[in-house]
Amino acid sequence: MRLKFFANDSESAAIVAVLAAVTLIIPLCNLIFPPGSPLYFSAYSVSLIGKYLTFALLALSLDLVWGYCGILALGQGAFFTLGGYAMGMYLMRQIGTRGVYGDPLLPDFMVFLDWQVLPWYWLGFDYFPFALLMMLAVPALLAFVFGWLAFRSRVTGVYLSIITQALTYALMLAFFRNEMGFGGNNGLTDFKELLGFNLQADSTRIMLLMSSGTALIAAFLACRRLMQSKLGRVVTALRDQESRVRFLGYRVEMFKLWVFVFAAMLAGIAGALYVPQVGIINPGEFSPLNSLEIVVWVAVGGRGTLYGAIIGAILVNYGKTVLTGLLPEIWLFTLGAVFIVVTVMLPDGLMGLWLRKTGRAGL
Amino acid sequence: MNNAFIDRYHTFDFVRGPVVSAPVDVKHGVALYLEEVSVSFDGFKALNNLSLYINDGELRCLIGPNGAGKTTLMDVITGKTRPDSGSVYYGQNIDLLAMDEPAIAQAGICRKFQKPSVFDKLSVFENLELAMNAEKGAWTTLFAELSGPQRDRIDEVLDLIDLSLHRRQQAGFLSHGQKQWLEIGILLMQEPKVMLVDEPVAGMTHQEVERTAELLLSLRGRHSVVVVEHDMEFVRSIAHKVTVLHEGSVLTEGTMDEIQNDPRVIQVYLGD
Amino acid sequence: MKLHRLLANIVKLLIFPALALSAAAQAQAVEPGVTVPSFSEALTALKDSPLSQRGRAIERFAQIRHPQTLTVLQALLKGNLFVLKNDGRLVIGETENGGYRLWQADTGDSLAAVESSRLDRINLTNRMRSQLRMSIALLQLKATDPEIRLNAVRDLGKNPDDETLSLLKDQSLRENDAAIQQALQLTFALQDLDSSDRALRLAALEALNRQTSPEALNRLRALTRKDANGGYPEQDAQVLKLAKSALVKIEARLQFYAAAETVFFGLSLGAVLVLAAIGLSITFGVMGVINMAHGELMMLGAYTTYVMQQILPNYLGLALLLSIPLAFIISGLTGIVIERGIIRFLYGRPLETLLATFGVSLFLQQTVRSIFSPLNRSVTAPDWMSGSWQVNEYLSLTWNRLYIFIFCLLVFTLLLQILRRTRLGLEVRAVAQNRNMAKAMGIPVARVDAMTFGLGSGVAGVAGVALSQITNVGPNLGQAYIVDSFMVVVFGGVGNLWGTLVAGFILGIANKVLEPFAGAVLAKILVLVFIILFIQKRPRGLFPQKGRAAEA
Repeated sequence: MRLKFFANDSESAAIVAVLAAVTLIIPLCNLIFPPGSPLYFSAYSVSLIGKYLTFALLALSLDLVWGYCGILALGQGAFFTLGGYAMGMYLMRQIGTRGVYGDPLLPDFMVFLDWQVLPWYWLGFDYFPFALLMMLAVPALLAFVFGWLAFRSRVTGVYLSIITQALTYALMLAFFRNEMGFGGNNGLTDFKELLGFNLQADSTRIMLLMSSGTALIAAFLACRRLMQSKLGRVVTALRDQESRVRFLGYRVEMFKLWVFVFAAMLAGIAGALYVPQVGIINPGEFSPLNSLEIVVWVAVGGRGTLYGAIIGAILVNYGKTVLTGLLPEIWLFTLGAVFIVVTVMLPDGLMGLWLRKTGRAGL
Repeated sequence: MNNAFIDRYHTFDFVRGPVVSAPVDVKHGVALYLEEVSVSFDGFKALNNLSLYINDGELRCLIGPNGAGKTTLMDVITGKTRPDSGSVYYGQNIDLLAMDEPAIAQAGICRKFQKPSVFDKLSVFENLELAMNAEKGAWTTLFAELSGPQRDRIDEVLDLIDLSLHRRQQAGFLSHGQKQWLEIGILLMQEPKVMLVDEPVAGMTHQEVERTAELLLSLRGRHSVVVVEHDMEFVRSIAHKVTVLHEGSVLTEGTMDEIQNDPRVIQVYLGD
Repeated sequence: MKLHRLLANIVKLLIFPALALSAAAQAQAVEPGVTVPSFSEALTALKDSPLSQRGRAIERFAQIRHPQTLTVLQALLKGNLFVLKNDGRLVIGETENGGYRLWQADTGDSLAAVESSRLDRINLTNRMRSQLRMSIALLQLKATDPEIRLNAVRDLGKNPDDETLSLLKDQSLRENDAAIQQALQLTFALQDLDSSDRALRLAALEALNRQTSPEALNRLRALTRKDANGGYPEQDAQVLKLAKSALVKIEARLQFYAAAETVFFGLSLGAVLVLAAIGLSITFGVMGVINMAHGELMMLGAYTTYVMQQILPNYLGLALLLSIPLAFIISGLTGIVIERGIIRFLYGRPLETLLATFGVSLFLQQTVRSIFSPLNRSVTAPDWMSGSWQVNEYLSLTWNRLYIFIFCLLVFTLLLQILRRTRLGLEVRAVAQNRNMAKAMGIPVARVDAMTFGLGSGVAGVAGVALSQITNVGPNLGQAYIVDSFMVVVFGGVGNLWGTLVAGFILGIANKVLEPFAGAVLAKILVLVFIILFIQKRPRGLFPQKGRAAEA
């Protein structure tokens, strides 16, 4: 069954195997080996790898939209950040009286702003199931409304890219406002615990890494199933010949819309897993630059392959960690160069190169 | 627009089920009624008060010099272009102007484009699979599995368009003529009532043209077929009735011989 | 010391009757045909008169036409007129470093500075002060500079006595300046409003109709405000009615000015947007290239201005003017390099150009950050660009924004003419419409592409020069404008310069209209949301390209 499932697709099998290994072995290494051993992974590296995995999930979601539907969404970061804020709000509510002001009812920043009551949209975030629902529902709803308007009126190509960018830009401006009630400039931070587990504890970090890995594998398999169905073929067809698909009787806008919404939900989950691992969420995550960076991850890995997005996200982010550590100045130069080199010389990314080398053309 | 919100029976597009239109009523023997249709682009009249009737099961050829409005006419029928005035009916009961492209396609009017447009990245088989006359909602396609009869139908069409050997090949690698046929195959898979075929033999070899003519002729009776073509030889070989368009309206209609001897047609084609 | 002063006073007392007599004679001498006391005589009288007589001395002195008269009177009013103790000379002094800087009162020549102990101030009573104010204002009424006259009229009009009023009425007969005439009429009307003559009051209200000044407004508000009992202080129903209608009219006029100001701010913001977007409109609209580095090309223009000012620190205006062509060349050349080096490999793949040029933008940003530091640099505005143009009490327009507005129109017109009239423009349009056909006709398509991109980029540089005048110059300058510029282009309709112009101004005004209600950030968000929704309705912008070509 397993072999048949991955027939003619050794890359997918390999990536699932590697991800599963990472999800299991790194936590083990942290637990088994003593600090100082070359096989030991510190809590810091565990969180770092966990962060990469959430980025990989985010890249995967963009690949659905860009690689398969052909929508170069420059606002995928918005859904990620919204998911992150939903998680952040839950974590804020868990702080309780341990905040600086020790207010039992309000988060610190609201006390600081002299607010008396909790805004209505914060209600319910004390309960994890509700917060979990919001992590999916808020990005999905935004994607649904935006996508419904945009796809129905056939906004395509560059125009669509630009308005998705405007969308995330507008959200950034909005979340910077203190009046919005999301902590303004500073965002949400100083989290204490998640589901009763101390966020500083190694075991919690390991759990988060494992959750991220599991979510990524599950999402990868779901996306793969999606794209191997007839729906996947319709979507691939409409990427290249949208009007032709319409003349076959398919409601193109509905297909795009559902894929867009699904991708937004994946991005939301990624954001929700990201926040407890880095300990902060602020409006900077909405910045158009962040969303463009996601595009680079996917472009580097190779779009339209799913595993390419995962590989690209991890490679680029690893490079970012290394380079900003060595020479902060050089990172933007490198990123800029990567943008240029990939688009001009490697339009199908590293995976495209690999597939061509092994005698198979990309999608 | 306002009414849409007040009307309690109105539902938004995304909650509406698949468009199920009443079966088309062609008991008067006419499949398409176009009456006094006008379209203008920025002052240029692409269609000028055009009236045209296509009978059920008929094979009709449309000819006319460049800019006569042939492609615009197809755009109007398939919902791509909205006419400024006039009416377009499918049978006696279906108003095509109230429908969008997918709805029109699902109602049974299909189209082959001037430039062959197949899905390059999909295999020949997958191209036909997508075109298949089945439910075309997003959820249905997500869980769709091909049934035995459906596979048989695809195989049948593959034979008909002579691409059985290429079924696994990516459509992008087909020759120009094969792409044209694949697109005709796509039309056949949709099992349409009306087929609009725009320049089916452009760029084909002589043998391919002959085979295409055979194929189109074999469709007569089961489908109404409207063919737009510049190749007069080809038109002569398939045409029963020919309509000449000129400057956005019908210049004349008749058999190929009548048309070729009509002084107005000669003037239009050859100039003064 | 005291003895000295006592002696001086005795002398003064002795000669006083003679002085008084001659003063009387001089008072009449103002009348025609009679000799006027010389300037120095009157000045001496000012110095030597005892406090009780000083008022008359001032009055007499004020009637002498001499270049120094006004200066001396103003110094006197400010308490800056002194007698030098050692030689009794009359001097004007201003405090400086604990001592006094001196000028000779009669000639205005500069003298050596002295300590305060060596000066005797010429003292005044309050009555004399108001008299002085009046005299100064009267003198100023005769000044040639209309601004001085206007201030004089305003001073005199504050609480005029009958004499002043008649003077002002005389002035109004010979005054040509509209603003001064307006101020005069205001004084008369406010005065007449207090009169007991009903006809006069009604006429005054009629006149107030045409006023906008705060005095008129306050007065009318006071007149029409209900008192605690719900009644009006004003009993005359006709007066009340007229006052109310005048108030309404003035308030309407004020609203008009407020609206005009909003429109001006909107237009100036719009001009900035148009400048930022117009180069983009060329590269995006004409060539189909999404240039995400456009903002950074503007940034280069802004830094060019900064560098020019560093090179020519003493000629800020010249540096600014030179920056315009220089920024055009620098950004234009950079643009050509980008086009030749990257974009030409990506024609027909708009989404890829978007990504590649974004890479370029990161590159340029980091380059500037490495060379100039990540901190903002401030560019100084030359004198003629700072300050504002005071249209009236309620409306003032800042020069820098006004210049940028005009500059924007100039750039727009020039660009339009280049595209319409020149060979390059013709070729650009030909390539934009049908690349292959143009190639077949022997148009050097590659060169035209490079030139077009260079032109668009050069305009971005020029826009950067303008931006440097209203915002800080920093590595993030481009980023701040890129989303806005795209919005303008998309809103206006791609490939349409006029669309860009109209869209820029509409968005600018919309922003400024929303700001008072929503605040700057929310206004911006609302405008963005509006455009996102607008694109749904009209995916091709305000002025779409029409016809079959646009369908493809």
